[in-house]
Amino acid sequence: MTATPAAKDATREDERIAAVATWKKIMRRPELGAIAGTVLVLAFFIVAASGTGMFTPAGIMNFLEVSAQLGILATAAALLMIGGEFDLSIGSMIGLAGIIIAIPTVQYGWPLWAALLLAFACAVLVGWCNGYLVNRTGLPSFIVTLAFLFILRGLAIGGCRLLTGRTQIGGIQNHIPHDWLATLFSGEVATGLFAWMASHGWIATNFAGNPMVTGIPVSIVWWLGLTALATWVLLFTPYGNWIFASGGDANAARNSGVPVHRVKISLFIFTALSATVFASLQVMDTGSADTIRGMLKELEAIIAVVIGGALLTGGYGSAVGAALGALIFGMVQMGIFYTGVNTDWFKVFLGVMLLIAVLFNNFVRKKMMEAR
Amino acid sequence: MNDTVPMIEMRHVSKHFGNVIALNDVSLHVHAGEVMCLLGDNGAGKSTLIKTLSGVHKPTSGEMRVSGEPVRFKSPAYALDSGIATVFQDLAMIPLMSITRNFFMGREPTVGWGPLKRIDWKQADRIAMEEMARIGIDVRDPSQPVGTLSGGERQCVAIARAVYFGAKVLILDEPTSALGVKQASVVLRYIAKARNDGLAVIFITHNVHHAYPVADAFTLLKRGTSLGYFRKSEISREEVLNMMAGGAELESLDAELAEFQRTPAESPTASRAAVS
Repeated sequence: MTATPAAKDATREDERIAAVATWKKIMRRPELGAIAGTVLVLAFFIVAASGTGMFTPAGIMNFLEVSAQLGILATAAALLMIGGEFDLSIGSMIGLAGIIIAIPTVQYGWPLWAALLLAFACAVLVGWCNGYLVNRTGLPSFIVTLAFLFILRGLAIGGCRLLTGRTQIGGIQNHIPHDWLATLFSGEVATGLFAWMASHGWIATNFAGNPMVTGIPVSIVWWLGLTALATWVLLFTPYGNWIFASGGDANAARNSGVPVHRVKISLFIFTALSATVFASLQVMDTGSADTIRGMLKELEAIIAVVIGGALLTGGYGSAVGAALGALIFGMVQMGIFYTGVNTDWFKVFLGVMLLIAVLFNNFVRKKMMEAR
Repeated sequence: MNDTVPMIEMRHVSKHFGNVIALNDVSLHVHAGEVMCLLGDNGAGKSTLIKTLSGVHKPTSGEMRVSGEPVRFKSPAYALDSGIATVFQDLAMIPLMSITRNFFMGREPTVGWGPLKRIDWKQADRIAMEEMARIGIDVRDPSQPVGTLSGGERQCVAIARAVYFGAKVLILDEPTSALGVKQASVVLRYIAKARNDGLAVIFITHNVHHAYPVADAFTLLKRGTSLGYFRKSEISREEVLNMMAGGAELESLDAELAEFQRTPAESPTASRAAVS
């Protein structure tokens, strides 16, 4: 308390800092590039896809759902990347989690909640293995999780064929009527609100007077919820500070008493869990599971995170950025379809965007480190 | 003053890495309100000694005591809890993180409870600013990345952090080696201040000129063994220097230097080079 006046002195105007250039403070936010990108892409499609229905409520829900699914993965991938590691096994984890949910319910008549719990337990185990091996061996997580990319995919295909003789399992919805845990991963929320808005004529309705968009898909709720949670963790909790520290300089963090190994293991578990959430949503949505589901999702998640301003080297990034990265991804993927451009070009666009994002991030980091 | 129990004490500590003997039977002690300079050339085992004191390495044999109590540190966190704070040469500062985030890394002040438990940013920023101001650095914005600070400022942030977190023993690893003259004197003055505040300071350096003014005692390390513990009254600056480098080597260096000084005068090419 005695030193408060000193602090006041320190905070008082310093003639050397005429104005701590506000733009520089803004430049420090990792989301900057992603916000600019979002505005740009949005503006582009508002012009290019005008009158095509992309920006009707139904169209918006369409691309938001694509964004949401990727965003769920990207949030976890962002935390892990800030923590200084990658997880390339999440795509395979999606495939594996899908069949872990499907086989017990369809083949062995398990209640869905039990199958879901089993899938999440397996995800915890896989995440723990990834994290433990990275910590223990000191190998780059790129290599360790690349190995798990193949191991998990192989387990999914081999196990599924062994137990069922097939690599696809359908008809899950017949086995899971009104399961209490299923409601977490299927359907829509706020249906009442949408019906009410429709009854007042505020949103478009079909011939029967029902709203065209009946509610918010539950995947979007998951996406927003996880993004909010991750943002809270990163910005306001000690654990968030440990994530930044572990990714910024693991050795320095360890010397300061940060439990780096525990932080990294928990982050790997979180990415595996997010893949399982993704798989659960997909299985509930389609009523089927397929061992090849989730291919390339690990790379798409990384793209979203990098577009969102995270540094590949760790220690810097944000969950909101990752969410915006996923939003851009979804808008472009669906938007190209609306503009009538052949969707074959989507990947070209994606690659170019990734390059621009990385270049921009490098520029930002250099600016940040400029002495005052 | 030295009748009391030492704040920190090492008794016959050895550390082996496989068949490499990094430390061999090293003993030292530091009392509260004392600066002990640990001097040694490169490869003398200074880093291993610091890391053993700070809990990064566990001693292969021997005993460590804090305030007379035997301790075994399982990790750096245990050493920190016993009041031993180490400022490593790399400062344990993360350039991309803000001053406040760095200052409180691993020991964030929190408010609230349960899932709403969160970092008290207002308090954290205020303390970071205050502690910086106390050592004469006016931080303009506690959210600016540490990477934007100068070397001396970073050093001071690191020391201020250790002191703020109630360090009883402060271990400084080459705190002045990368600094200019003026910044080094700021750090040295700060070390003296910490001693006057009753801390036990272990100051690791190979620069006798930095060490001698602030030190109360010296321990010299050479090739993993201790050459002895000396009170300042028992030893002169030259003696310290001699022991550190190995007297014979230094004498031969003197002879060589004398040789160099003679040569330019005698050699016309060298003197021409000196003029141009």
